[in-house]
Amino acid sequence: MLDTIIYVLNIAIPLAFLVPFALFAVYFERKVSAFMQDRLGPNRVGPRGYFQTIADILKLLQKEDITPAEVDKPLYNVAPILVFMGSYAAFAAIPFTSIYIGSNIDLGILYIVAVSSFVVAAILMAGWASNNKYTLLGAMRSAAQMISYEIPTVIVIISMIIIAGTMNLFTLSELQTSSIYNWMIFGGPDMGWKKFALLPLSVIGFMIMYISTLAEVNRTPFDIPEAESELVSGYHTEYSGIKFAMFFLAEYANMFAVSIVVVSIFFGGYQSPFGYLGNTLGLSWFVPAEQFFWFTVKGIFFVFVQMWLRWTLPRLRVDQLMTMCWKYLIPISLVNLVVIALIMVL
Amino acid sequence: MKTEMMTLNMGPQHPSTHGVLRLELEIEGELVNKVIPHLGYLHRCFEKHCEALTYPQIIPYVDRMDYLASMNNEFGYVVTVEKLLGIEVPERVEYIRVIMAELQRIASHLVAVGTYGLDIGAFTPFLYTFRDREKILTLFEITCGARLLYNYMWIGGLSHDLHPDFVRLTKEFIEYFKPNLVELNNLLTYNKIFIDRTANIGILPADKAINFGITGPNLRASGVKWDLRRDDPYSIYDRFDFEIPVGKGTFGTVGDCWDRYYLRVLEMEQSLRIIEQAIDHIPEGDVQSAIPKRIKPPEGEIYARVENPKGELGFFIVSKGGLQPHRVKVRPPSFVNMGVLDEISKGHLVADVVAILGSIDIVLGEIDR
Repeated sequence: MLDTIIYVLNIAIPLAFLVPFALFAVYFERKVSAFMQDRLGPNRVGPRGYFQTIADILKLLQKEDITPAEVDKPLYNVAPILVFMGSYAAFAAIPFTSIYIGSNIDLGILYIVAVSSFVVAAILMAGWASNNKYTLLGAMRSAAQMISYEIPTVIVIISMIIIAGTMNLFTLSELQTSSIYNWMIFGGPDMGWKKFALLPLSVIGFMIMYISTLAEVNRTPFDIPEAESELVSGYHTEYSGIKFAMFFLAEYANMFAVSIVVVSIFFGGYQSPFGYLGNTLGLSWFVPAEQFFWFTVKGIFFVFVQMWLRWTLPRLRVDQLMTMCWKYLIPISLVNLVVIALIMVL
Repeated sequence: MKTEMMTLNMGPQHPSTHGVLRLELEIEGELVNKVIPHLGYLHRCFEKHCEALTYPQIIPYVDRMDYLASMNNEFGYVVTVEKLLGIEVPERVEYIRVIMAELQRIASHLVAVGTYGLDIGAFTPFLYTFRDREKILTLFEITCGARLLYNYMWIGGLSHDLHPDFVRLTKEFIEYFKPNLVELNNLLTYNKIFIDRTANIGILPADKAINFGITGPNLRASGVKWDLRRDDPYSIYDRFDFEIPVGKGTFGTVGDCWDRYYLRVLEMEQSLRIIEQAIDHIPEGDVQSAIPKRIKPPEGEIYARVENPKGELGFFIVSKGGLQPHRVKVRPPSFVNMGVLDEISKGHLVADVVAILGSIDIVLGEIDR
């Protein structure tokens, strides 16, 4: 009985973080875009528009759930849940602080990569089941894109695993403790001369991985699956109400998930860059709170970069997207992997 | 592998058909084989309607054709009727008309450039261009009270004289707008992704452009130096010094989407030049002195054309000597320009059709009339 309660709690904790985060992120995105575009952004609901997204979600909940005729009902209904599940399940292996991780499995990174692939299946299901040519095109593009871009992501992850020697995100975060100097982007924890050899390679790896994760979450300049000016809104054109809200929630959850994976691998995860106030003051219980703070701040920073890119860049074309992945990212990341492996063997 | 053709219906409610155009695309995967435009969703019987209206009553309807360039439409119409009536308008009117037409050309090109960015997926430049367009609309508003459909140019004159602040505000606008063009170029024009999406896409060679009757920026982007303001001057355009930019194929081939886009940016600079030359030399006078009491042209027919932001706008008016025209025929540049869509879209991807359509810059109000 107690076990069951602990399991349920364990499952619920990331959700308690994710839903408020998504609400905040939507508001944040609208404010960021407004700032970049010389507008005001939402400012009517609550002070400075803070409650705008809550009002939006309430509206979506109240809306009639329209199921178009001729859709494949089971697939159509399951797809939004599966999309959210795919991005939510990734949080199980992400360490929030040094005292909380949903499931401390040794194959953490591999698990995250595997489970995010569910999103591809769900998007294909949504696009196919909607029985609409635009959604089908969107889903096809999405599947091609996400599968292609997983390859450079995984190659970069492998090269980082070679440096760190672990696939467990918790251990990886603990490795990068105490100062910025130990972060993987700077070549990982102290290793003498190797660190300086690895530094540029890590930076290249980070850039490749960040670009690929952008493509995996379908954000501009890779928002081809939902390209508004071509495909109306891609694979979720036919969804409305709560099901649309699920896609929306999943998108923001995914943005945070990939950001935090990048942070965990390259930027020390939840580790503070300057050491902990709690340790200085001798308040050991304060340390996890600080760690959670840094976890959130780093995650939101990379989410902000995603938004920044979205409101600045145009969109690539399908074939250019594939060219970029197969002709540039994958070869570069492969060479990167080989060089890193050689340095580590020496 | 045998693949089947899919017919994709794009529009009339689609975000990037710029209104209520319906495109029937025959696609193979994402490769486009054929584009069939279907028109008429915005048809308002303009030409037939004109036969029941007196000459001045037609002006507000002319506004509604190319609603992004109402001033230019009015310009074309009043020039035609004035030619039919054989009246000369005062210098002051001519100067004000030219200034208004060039301001409107900038406004129209700003919409074209901004929405083109939107078609390619860049949202922010769109809002920047609309922010600047807003300033031009404010200039129109203080002049005649309207922001979109002005009914400002009347046959033989203007509905209102300039606001005392107009000259100052226009100069302020020019100073404000010049750096913004540079910003636009840095943000969008020379963006690598943008160039990749538009260079070598939808190439329209000069001979094909002439065969299809393409006019305006689309023709000039193909490398043909043809501008009615210089080649068949109307009003007082022959007094101003300005260049006619042509497409050079900077990043691809002459006449590709990037050229068509960039030509509009260059034309905005030239329009600014014309305004700068005109704004200081507006003579004094009464803008309504030449307006005839009764507009009843003699029997006859007339064709006159002006350079609109979209291309050559022509009016053919047949008069039987009554208060109403017997027949009004419009040569709408958007309609003619759109004819080439199928020709240059073949073999491109669906995303390119959007890019090509945006680069042709159509306005449905004019296509359907």
